Amino acid sequence: MTAGVDLGQPQAQAIRSDEDVVRVRQLVRTVSVAVKLSLVDQTKVVTAASELARNTLVYGGGGMVEVATVDNGRRRGVRIVFADSGPGIVDLDLALTDGYTTGGGLGLGLSGARRLVDEFDIQTAVGEGTRITVTKWSR
Amino acid sequence: MALSTEEGNRLAGLLTGHAERVMQRWTEIVAASLRGRLSQGELRRQVQELHSSMITAGEQGAVDLDSEQATELRAVLSELSRGRARQGFSASETAVSVFALKEVLLELMEDEDGPHTLRDYVAFSGLIDQMGLFTFESFVRTRESLIADQAEQLLELSTPVVKLWEGVVAVPLVGTLDSARAQVVMERLLQTLVDTGSPYAIIDITGVPAVDTQVAQHILKTVVAARLMGADCIISGIRPQIAQTIVALGIEFGDIATKASLADALRHVLRLTGVETGRRQRREA
Repeated sequence: MTAGVDLGQPQAQAIRSDEDVVRVRQLVRTVSVAVKLSLVDQTKVVTAASELARNTLVYGGGGMVEVATVDNGRRRGVRIVFADSGPGIVDLDLALTDGYTTGGGLGLGLSGARRLVDEFDIQTAVGEGTRITVTKWSR
Repeated sequence: MALSTEEGNRLAGLLTGHAERVMQRWTEIVAASLRGRLSQGELRRQVQELHSSMITAGEQGAVDLDSEQATELRAVLSELSRGRARQGFSASETAVSVFALKEVLLELMEDEDGPHTLRDYVAFSGLIDQMGLFTFESFVRTRESLIADQAEQLLELSTPVVKLWEGVVAVPLVGTLDSARAQVVMERLLQTLVDTGSPYAIIDITGVPAVDTQVAQHILKTVVAARLMGADCIISGIRPQIAQTIVALGIEFGDIATKASLADALRHVLRLTGVETGRRQRREA
């Protein structure tokens, strides 16, 4: 992962309900506008955040989101960390396969979110929870 | 903090003995904090009600606000909070109407110098604190129910199904499409299709800020349901950033017609139904 220097205070938001997913979306949009992402990139990162926040809620049983701005010297960006202490993901490769779902959705949330951002890191252990870090850089 | 029966009686006695002065000062202090946003008459009436229900509670030996003898007092307090919440006052402005009594009592009791004065004042203050907190809680409850009502009204308001042309209905979606709204939209659309006998429906998502997999799934389900009823659906209002996001997510709309704007969608439908559009007529003329 690219080393980035955090600018300003990271913003935290708990995810416990559908309304919180909306709040996460609004928070990510605000930060994306602040670091001057293009409209397309704003929409992409907001959509990715929406997917991952909903996964945190539905599969992780709720958790925390942290949104921060990052700066690697040349470009600024948004870094979002989703953390839950749910059941974890048993087969990560399978979970990242398009169309695979255990919850009745389209099965594109996790894999799609990975395509919508520039950096995608996932740490998960069965029974210990999941921690996903995504970053979107401005162009 | 609970009042003893004697303390309750002394409080009632104090409030009865100086009735006019208490109400006068009480009204003044509250009026100052509300800065004339409530009429003097209305305020006076509220203070009177509070005053008399406190006397009743005190005389009947109410030991605290939760006791049975204080039922009337609680009712008056909730009524006050409800009124304030609906009139748009803040929670502090509501609670101050109760807390003002402390100042009034202090002024009254300063003159007295009995053996119980200090103890009494602390006990009365305890009761007033309870009343203040009770007011605060009723205020919050009223606000919460107001917000819940508004959210419901918003749900109703924000999902109209409009008739665009003979046989063409449209649903302009605005805002977040969560499961609850998606359900309302689907029901409305299907019902309107039956009522109007329209063979075409346009779902316009110009006002939806982000289309994620959940939103897409809701739209897809609505389209499939409409198809089962024999109607064709067109999705319009797909802006460039939404299109790119949908592609990156990997969502496929299959053979569902999609258009960039509502105008394009309407033109598409009119062409399908054989209605001559203005542009073509001019060209032929």
